[in-house]
Amino acid sequence: MIEVPALLPALPEIILAIGALALLMLGVFTGEKSLRTVSALAVLLLLAAAAAVLPGYRDTVVTFGGMFVSDSFGGFCKILILLGSALSIIISVDYLERENLKRFEYPVLIVLATLGMLMMVSSNDLIALYIGLETQSLALYVMAAFSRDSARSTEAGLKYFVLGALSSGMLLYGSSLIYGFTGGTSFSLIAAAVSGSGPVPIGVLLGLVFVMAGLAFKVSAVPFHMWTPDVYEGAPTPVTAFFAVAPKIAAMALLVRTMFGAFPEISDQWQQILVFLSIASMVVGAVFAIVQTNIKRLMAYSSIGHVGYALMGVATGTPDGVKSVLVYLAIYLAMNVGAFALIIAMRRKDGATESIADLAGLSRTRPAMAFALAIFMFSLAGIPPLAGFFGKFYVFIAAIEANLTFLAVIGALASAVSAFYYLRIVKVMYFDEPADAFDVNTGRGITAVATVSALVTLLFFVFPAPIVGAAAYAAQSLFQ
Amino acid sequence: MILQTITFYLFAAITIAAGFMVIAARNPVHSVLYLILAFFTSAGLFVLIGAEFIAMILVIVYVGAVAVLFLFVVMMLDINFTELRQGFLQYLPIGGLIGLALLIELIMVVGVWQFGPEVAGHAIPQATTNGMTNTEALGNIIYTQYVYAFQAAGVILLIAMIGAIVLTHRTRPGVKKQRISSQVYRDPKTTIEVKKIKPGQGI
Repeated sequence: MIEVPALLPALPEIILAIGALALLMLGVFTGEKSLRTVSALAVLLLLAAAAAVLPGYRDTVVTFGGMFVSDSFGGFCKILILLGSALSIIISVDYLERENLKRFEYPVLIVLATLGMLMMVSSNDLIALYIGLETQSLALYVMAAFSRDSARSTEAGLKYFVLGALSSGMLLYGSSLIYGFTGGTSFSLIAAAVSGSGPVPIGVLLGLVFVMAGLAFKVSAVPFHMWTPDVYEGAPTPVTAFFAVAPKIAAMALLVRTMFGAFPEISDQWQQILVFLSIASMVVGAVFAIVQTNIKRLMAYSSIGHVGYALMGVATGTPDGVKSVLVYLAIYLAMNVGAFALIIAMRRKDGATESIADLAGLSRTRPAMAFALAIFMFSLAGIPPLAGFFGKFYVFIAAIEANLTFLAVIGALASAVSAFYYLRIVKVMYFDEPADAFDVNTGRGITAVATVSALVTLLFFVFPAPIVGAAAYAAQSLFQ
Repeated sequence: MILQTITFYLFAAITIAAGFMVIAARNPVHSVLYLILAFFTSAGLFVLIGAEFIAMILVIVYVGAVAVLFLFVVMMLDINFTELRQGFLQYLPIGGLIGLALLIELIMVVGVWQFGPEVAGHAIPQATTNGMTNTEALGNIIYTQYVYAFQAAGVILLIAMIGAIVLTHRTRPGVKKQRISSQVYRDPKTTIEVKKIKPGQGI
């Protein structure tokens, strides 16, 4: 007789899976007009799942035959992801209604993608890793092409799909090599197989490189970033906002989980790869963003740069490094959701606009919006005392303590270069001749999300302790 | 034993011949039919090595779904296959060269094949079937040990289905649909008009 696996650790995932089915039925039977109802229920569902994460937050439990792990590292990332998804639904609804994309599948796809992300964060096995990743990616491919009458959106979806399939192939190839040379797919088995004395089998290293390439693609680290600007630009703006936040956090958490869960003993092998990815991402993110004229493209390069800083924290291989990554991701979530809420609000009578020149003189036509966007830009640039500064600060400190001072120096230099294009947006808003005013009616959801995230970004330095403390606690659970 | 050997060579020969005919047949519909034959005979080969579950899956999934889908595509798309095949002779030398290089590489690889010492050191997982059929053995773990992966794979298929509907389904006006309720609620008063016709006059 085989015992039933413990289901309680997977409660958030189960809530999302069943809830998504219920929302789908509701949407199918009430038709196109149900977008608002389904969206509101989807937000509630995501918050319910976040509440379900809390009871098991402190314990490390492994279930489903070792495939699934629930611990405080996963809990921290899951709450961030669920918040990110819920906020991106809130800021999407108005846009979807105005752009004639009123389809109830949108929130359902976000819920299903979020389910995949939670599975990624909790994976403790190569099979679980791949299945979680595909659940997420498949929903994201569809969302990129969501505006199917627009050639650019369709192109974005197709590009993302083809390149994503390529990266999945690399990941699978690496996984099969690792399985072949260690005799197991479970992270604990792999860790045991590579921890012994003597050289690590070359096949495991080759597999590790391929798995890292696949994961680097998902976090859009250079040199696997080619898809990011095109997909961010082509996809409908709310979809871009979603892409920039939740999937990034999930993929970064998955990278941390895989490196520290399956290959803790050979950290010197993967550290050098991460150092390279980190430097390349920071530099490319800073330099290529300067010439962009489209704000979504600019945000794509900005997100590539930010991934570089987060990777710096992973590259340290220390608990402090993981803590700094978690703090960075939390701050990144607040800054990006807010900035994208305002980008979604860039709209004139004749439709949405997305060029930087359209922001000219925003301080005179919409002072509050300009002020909030200025806060986010200063924070993204990492100017104290805004939240973005502290994110970079913790990462740099962790890097210096792990004897990676050169990495921190390059990070600081790239940060200085990137400040140029963030500040250019502030300059355009405050010192250029006003362009036509934006539509005043932005919608309550966008206003609320932008206000809250601006406050969080602005006031993080007053109360950093809860987030930093929770991140430190979560990071510890990986090192037991 | 001799019967098995004969069966193996018979099935193997048919599989290879059918595979060759898939690319050689002039009519694309015939190609797909040869493909189905190849699937069936490979299923027979799987039965011979005792993997009856894979044999069944091959017939159900590949013949039942994939090959029929191919047939639909071949029949519905108006592709001129003879045009595609033009220039075959022109590309024959380079194609033959690539094929030859591939063959030599394969021979070289297989000729020096040996497992690395670090691979041989690890215990490669063996299936312990305890006299169960392999369908039973698979069923025993797929709903227990791998229930998580199995259910999650179901979610992936659901997403694929939703995605296909989101990206391609359009509500077109003027499509004639069957509405069962309105059919049921029809009654003679609204639909039939009874007219008295006198003999020899017509309407």
